[in-house]
Amino acid sequence: MKILTEHIDVQGIETIDVFRKNGGYAAVEKALKKMTPDEVTEEVKKSGLRGRGGAGFPMGMKWSFLAKPEGVPRYLVCNADESEPGTFKDHYLMMKSPHTLIEGMIVSSYALGANTSYIYIRGELMYVATILEKAIQEAKDKGLLGKNILGSGYDLELYVQLGGGAYICGEETALLESLEGKRGNPRNKPPFPAVKGLWQCPTVVNNVESIAATSWIVNNGGDEYAKIGIGRSTGTKLISVSGHVRKPGVYELPLGITVEDFIYADEWCGGIRDGHKLKAVVAGGSSVPILPAELILKTTNGENRLMSYESLSDGGFATGTMLGSGGFVVMDETTCIVHNTLTFGRFYHHESCGQCSPCREGTGWMDKVLHRIEHGKGRQEDIDLLVDVAKKIEGNTICPLGDAAAWPVAAAIRHFRDEFEWHINHPEKATAKGAVFMREGASWSL
Amino acid sequence: MTNTQTIQFPASTLEKVHEIIKRYPEGKQKSALLPILHLAQAEWKWCSPEVMDYVASLLSIKPIEVYEVASFYTMFHLEPVGNHVIEYCRTGPCCLMGGVEVYDHLKSKLGIETGETTADGKFTIKEVECLAACGWGPVFQIREKYYMNLTTQKVDEIIEELSK
Repeated sequence: MKILTEHIDVQGIETIDVFRKNGGYAAVEKALKKMTPDEVTEEVKKSGLRGRGGAGFPMGMKWSFLAKPEGVPRYLVCNADESEPGTFKDHYLMMKSPHTLIEGMIVSSYALGANTSYIYIRGELMYVATILEKAIQEAKDKGLLGKNILGSGYDLELYVQLGGGAYICGEETALLESLEGKRGNPRNKPPFPAVKGLWQCPTVVNNVESIAATSWIVNNGGDEYAKIGIGRSTGTKLISVSGHVRKPGVYELPLGITVEDFIYADEWCGGIRDGHKLKAVVAGGSSVPILPAELILKTTNGENRLMSYESLSDGGFATGTMLGSGGFVVMDETTCIVHNTLTFGRFYHHESCGQCSPCREGTGWMDKVLHRIEHGKGRQEDIDLLVDVAKKIEGNTICPLGDAAAWPVAAAIRHFRDEFEWHINHPEKATAKGAVFMREGASWSL
Repeated sequence: MTNTQTIQFPASTLEKVHEIIKRYPEGKQKSALLPILHLAQAEWKWCSPEVMDYVASLLSIKPIEVYEVASFYTMFHLEPVGNHVIEYCRTGPCCLMGGVEVYDHLKSKLGIETGETTADGKFTIKEVECLAACGWGPVFQIREKYYMNLTTQKVDEIIEELSK
C-alpha cells in the first residue's frame, strides 16, 4: 500500500503535467471546490495521521489548536529541515516528486485559512529548493497557486525558505526564529505557535511527510486512511534505511508490518549484507534508543516487534525504543557501538544551540568522555559519569534536543555496557585498526 | 574585496534580493537574512565583515544582527575558503557506510586536514554533520551539489575533474 510514493518512479513525475496525469492535484480540486476548510480538518482528524517528523502528535488535533482571531493572518510552515541522523525520507520525496508536497501544502493551507505559507528547508538541500521553486512556478502558471485558485476565491502564496545549517531549526519554535532571520534558539512554551508563532501570529508547523499525506486523505477520506496501519498507528510511513542492509534507501510501508520482515524480506531491505549478522538497530533517527538484535526483533514478551508507534515503544526505554522520524540505521557485527555513540554524541554537542546550560555543557562533556573511551584513554568511572551527565540533561532543557542527546548515550550503555568496559579495560586491543568487541554467546558474535 | 565600496551585488542579484524581501509582510524584511547571506556567499565565497555589513544595509538592520546569525549557522564561512569547499558528513550512518576510509583518502589526496585549504587555493575541506543522505553515504557536498555513494575511486575522479 503506497500513498506518497505510488508514482514516484514515473518518468517526469517532477513536472506538473505528468503529475496531474497520475492523479495529482485532484485533492486541490476537491477541497477547494467541494469542501469547507473545517471539513478538510475533520477528515484529517478522522485519519488518525500522526506527525511524521518524529513526535507523532495527532495532526488533526494540532490543527484544531490554531487560534483564529479576526483580522490576524495565520500561517502554515512546512518543516523540511530534515537533519536527524539516519533520516532522509523528506529529501527523497521532495527531490523526486515536489508536487506531492505542494499539493499537500495547498490543501492544508486551505484547511487552516492560511494565505501565505512557507516551506522551510535545510540550507544544504538548496538543489531541492530549486526543484521545489520550479514546481511552485508550474503550479502558479496553472492557476493552482496565487489569487483565486481554480476560481474558488481562495488565495495562497507559497515560498521556499533556505535554512543555514542547524539541526536545532527542526524544532518548531527554533524554526520560526530562523524564519524571522534570527539565531535558531527555541522559544519557551507557552505560548505555543498555534497562538503566537511566526511574527507572533497563529502558526501551524508540520513535517513534509505529514503535509503530503493530506492530499490522499482529502481524496479518499479520513476513514479510509485509518484503515491502513494498525491500531493508533494509522496510514503509511516513509522509512529511511541506512547501514548494513543489502538495499538501503527509502521505503513506504503500511504501519504494522513486522520488523523482521522489514529487515529481511526482499520487498524491503533484503536482509543484512552478505556474510554478516544483525547486531543492533537505531529505529527512528539518532535520538531514539539503540536496541540490540534480539530486542528489535521481539519484545520481552516474545511477541514480534512491529513497525508501529506502539510496538516499537513496547517495554519503555528499558527494552523498547521509538518510531521517531523513521530513520532506520542497521548495524552488523562489524560495528563499534562506542564509535557510533561517539559520532552521535559529537553531533549533539555540535548542534546544541547553547541556550540551556545542561545541554550546552552536558553534550560537551559526553562528547569529551566518549572521545577518550573510543581512543583508549577511558577511565573506570567514565561509564557511570556518562549515565550521570545524560540524566542531568534529560528533562532540564527548553527544547527536546537535550533529551535527544541524552537518550542515545544512555541506551548504548544500557544495552552494550560490556563493550564500553572492554574499551576501557583493553585499550590496546580496542584501538587496534578494525578491532570490534565480540560478546560471548550473542547472536551477532562470530 | 576588503573595501566596502566595491561590495555590491550585480543588478540581477539585487533584483532577486528585492523579490525575496517581498515574500514577507511589510517591516519583516529581516526574514530575508538567511536567503540573502546564501546569495552573498555565492557571490563572494565567504561572509567577510564587509559583506555582512553590506547585507545589514540592504535589510536596514544592525550589523550585529547579521554577525550573530552568520556565526550561528554552520553553512556560512566566516574565514576565506578555496574555490571548492568540500563538506563531508562525519555522522554515524555515513561512517557505517565506509565514510572514515573515504574521507581519510580525500585528505591524503589533497594533502590537507579538515578545516584547511590547499596551497593553490583550489580546495577547502570541512567536516559537517548529517546531510540527510544516510542511505546514499558516504556523502559530501560542494556548494549545492551532493556527491553520494562515495568510494576512494570516485573521490579521485571528482578531484581530478574539479582540478581541471
